[in-house]
Amino acid sequence: MNILEQLRQKPWAADQIPLDNAHQGSAYAVPTAQLGLRIFLGAITVLLLLFIVAYNERMAVVDWRPLPEPWLLWLNTGVLILSSIIMHKGLIAARRGRAESAKSSFLVAGGCAVLFLIGQLAVWQQLIALGYFAAANPANAFFYLLTALHGIHLLGGLVAWGRIIAGTGRGTDAAELCARMELCTIYWHFLLVVWVVFFALLLST
Amino acid sequence: MAEVGTEFRDIAPAEVEDVELYHAKSWITKYVFSQDAKVIAIQYSLTAIGIGLVALVLSWIMRLQLGFPDSFSFIDPEDYYQFITMHGMIMVIYLLTALFLGGFGNYLIPLMVGARDMVFPFVNMVSYWVYLTAVLVLLASFFVPGGPTGAGWTLYPPQAILSGTPGSGAGIVLMLVSLALFIVGFTMGGLNYVTTVLQARTRGMTLMRMPLTVWGIFVATILALLAFPALLVGAVMMTLDSVLGTSFFMPSIVEQGELLNYGGGSPILFQHLFWFFGHPEVYIVALPAFGIVSDLLSVHARRHIFGYRMMVWAIVIIGALSFVVWAHHMYVSGMNPYFGFFFATTTLIIAVPTALKVYNWTLTLWRANIQFTLPMLFALAFLVTFVNGGITGLFLGNVVVDVPLSDTMFVVAHFHMVMGVAPLLVIFGAIYHWYPLMTGRMLNQTMGHIHFWVTFVGAYAIFLPIHYLGFLGVPRRYFEMGETTFIPDSAQSLNAFVTVMALIVVFAQIIFLYNMVWTLFKGKMAGRNPWKATTLEWQTADVPPGHGNFGQDLPVVYRWAYDYGVPGAAEDFVPQNQPPEQVTAAAAE
Repeated sequence: MNILEQLRQKPWAADQIPLDNAHQGSAYAVPTAQLGLRIFLGAITVLLLLFIVAYNERMAVVDWRPLPEPWLLWLNTGVLILSSIIMHKGLIAARRGRAESAKSSFLVAGGCAVLFLIGQLAVWQQLIALGYFAAANPANAFFYLLTALHGIHLLGGLVAWGRIIAGTGRGTDAAELCARMELCTIYWHFLLVVWVVFFALLLST
Repeated sequence: MAEVGTEFRDIAPAEVEDVELYHAKSWITKYVFSQDAKVIAIQYSLTAIGIGLVALVLSWIMRLQLGFPDSFSFIDPEDYYQFITMHGMIMVIYLLTALFLGGFGNYLIPLMVGARDMVFPFVNMVSYWVYLTAVLVLLASFFVPGGPTGAGWTLYPPQAILSGTPGSGAGIVLMLVSLALFIVGFTMGGLNYVTTVLQARTRGMTLMRMPLTVWGIFVATILALLAFPALLVGAVMMTLDSVLGTSFFMPSIVEQGELLNYGGGSPILFQHLFWFFGHPEVYIVALPAFGIVSDLLSVHARRHIFGYRMMVWAIVIIGALSFVVWAHHMYVSGMNPYFGFFFATTTLIIAVPTALKVYNWTLTLWRANIQFTLPMLFALAFLVTFVNGGITGLFLGNVVVDVPLSDTMFVVAHFHMVMGVAPLLVIFGAIYHWYPLMTGRMLNQTMGHIHFWVTFVGAYAIFLPIHYLGFLGVPRRYFEMGETTFIPDSAQSLNAFVTVMALIVVFAQIIFLYNMVWTLFKGKMAGRNPWKATTLEWQTADVPPGHGNFGQDLPVVYRWAYDYGVPGAAEDFVPQNQPPEQVTAAAAE
């Protein structure tokens, strides 16, 4: 859909009427649920960007003391990347009609995501044990805030993932299941990108 | 405008792809946990009006204090600040935003674009229940120790979470949690509104054939999806400052002689986040009002809207510009003068598309067959009020004028005119217009006229004097003036007059509420399409529209939404879904 072209239309004009009468009604060829997800991701992106803006603004103050980055964060990042790759593999299997392979890939991908969250909690525990409390310094506070924010979104993704796994057990229609897996995979990749951006931000400051 | 009989293609209804609807299986799923957008709309509307009445009562109490200071022992300074805060926040967020988008958006979008329902009905249902939870959390803050927050509706740190401010404990936390819930709920609803407009229109309903009501709600929803995250960021970070003792916004500060553990935070950062949300919020409320009033004027003046394309462009341009004007709310925050100059310029630029809309509304009425129905009266009242409120906005948009007027009653009068009275007049007009569709009955005209005239004249009797008080230098937010030499005694008399007028206007709203209830049982039957409107919501098989909106077949659209007074047509309006051959046949008879 070219919005500028649409905005130039004159709906009352005689030559426009037959063109408009033939219009199917929808603006995009993508499935409705996928469009809804993309709009949702757009809103989430704005939210995350504003947190990053606030981060940059706050770190300019002299009291900012960067906290150490535990090696476990690298491992967690690797696990999340693996989760995304395996989920994508599962999606490809689903598209090719290999239901069992898709299901097992999705199970492993979700498992990796759970492992990632456990790993993030372990990082929190390490930092707290070292005395890096949220109130002690804004850098600490932002670390906990951004990781929590990402974790909460991943937890939401795991709810959707759980429904897909339950659907495979109930014998949901293959096409419907494939569509849901597609949505879940898009969301997974999005959260991977978000984590990589957050991690890069934490490393660079 | 096209004449009847111009070239068209036959479109078979069977070609329109239908959707699988959720069908309620019990009374609970039909009326309580309903997935029908119309029921959700009514739930949103009733909740918003309910919480709005709470805010109205709070304004009575504030006005009693301002009009007759030291007369009421039950109003102390802490209460006053709490009431002022809750009044502002409830009116802007929980009433106006919820009513325009959750109420009118849910009811009108599917019906006006020819859809059976919203595209994600379950998510839509959850949206309402999260909104209701947000309202209940907000109300709960009245009953916690210390009461609700009294930080002012802008919730500026550091004062919002310092102990000298009423409700700085549980009150502010509940407010922030409630706002976060509201945003989550709204996002669920907003996804529905945008996706439904983009993907679920019926055959022939191009974007440029949509009524301006849908355009207004559509663009306002996009604004809200982009702007509310800023409030959420601010709310989350301030909650952490309050609960965990972080210093996102809190600078080093001494409270009652004691140095607190805060340090380095930026209160100005919160202001930027708040107003990056706060200014688009003005248009989140205004754009649906613009859209609705365009349709009210067109239907009740029996004339096509003047400059439809320009009206759409203006809505889109205003929406885009609303993101680059936020700092005009912060001229007195100590900003760089060049920064202020930039925002003053963008603020004045936004007046151009806004003025264009006003001209087009006026030209729509020019030589039109104006019907002085209640919706038309409210639409005309909006037009006048919006111009009044908009002009004082031009004053305040200029830094040199804003600085002396900042924090005076002039600002209060300005935003109440432009963002309070004007949108409320549209809401009233819209209710008088669409109530017959929602209930099948016409609201009582006599009660409606009393309601209109008292509200309209009363609003001016209240807010014009408040402008004057602002010029005198009467500050806003003050519990009482005390001995202030530069404010004459006559200002107090004027304040008393304003309070009396406010009480009278409030009683007119009781007549309106009574009218709604009375009409529901005893009102005159409306029949189908009582206003002879062209848009699809009036062309449903049943009135009120049933589940699935359009009976067996979805409507097919053959024209834009403003075919009034078409040469050659039998009547002075042609519904959007009337095939051209039927129009010519009717004309031939």
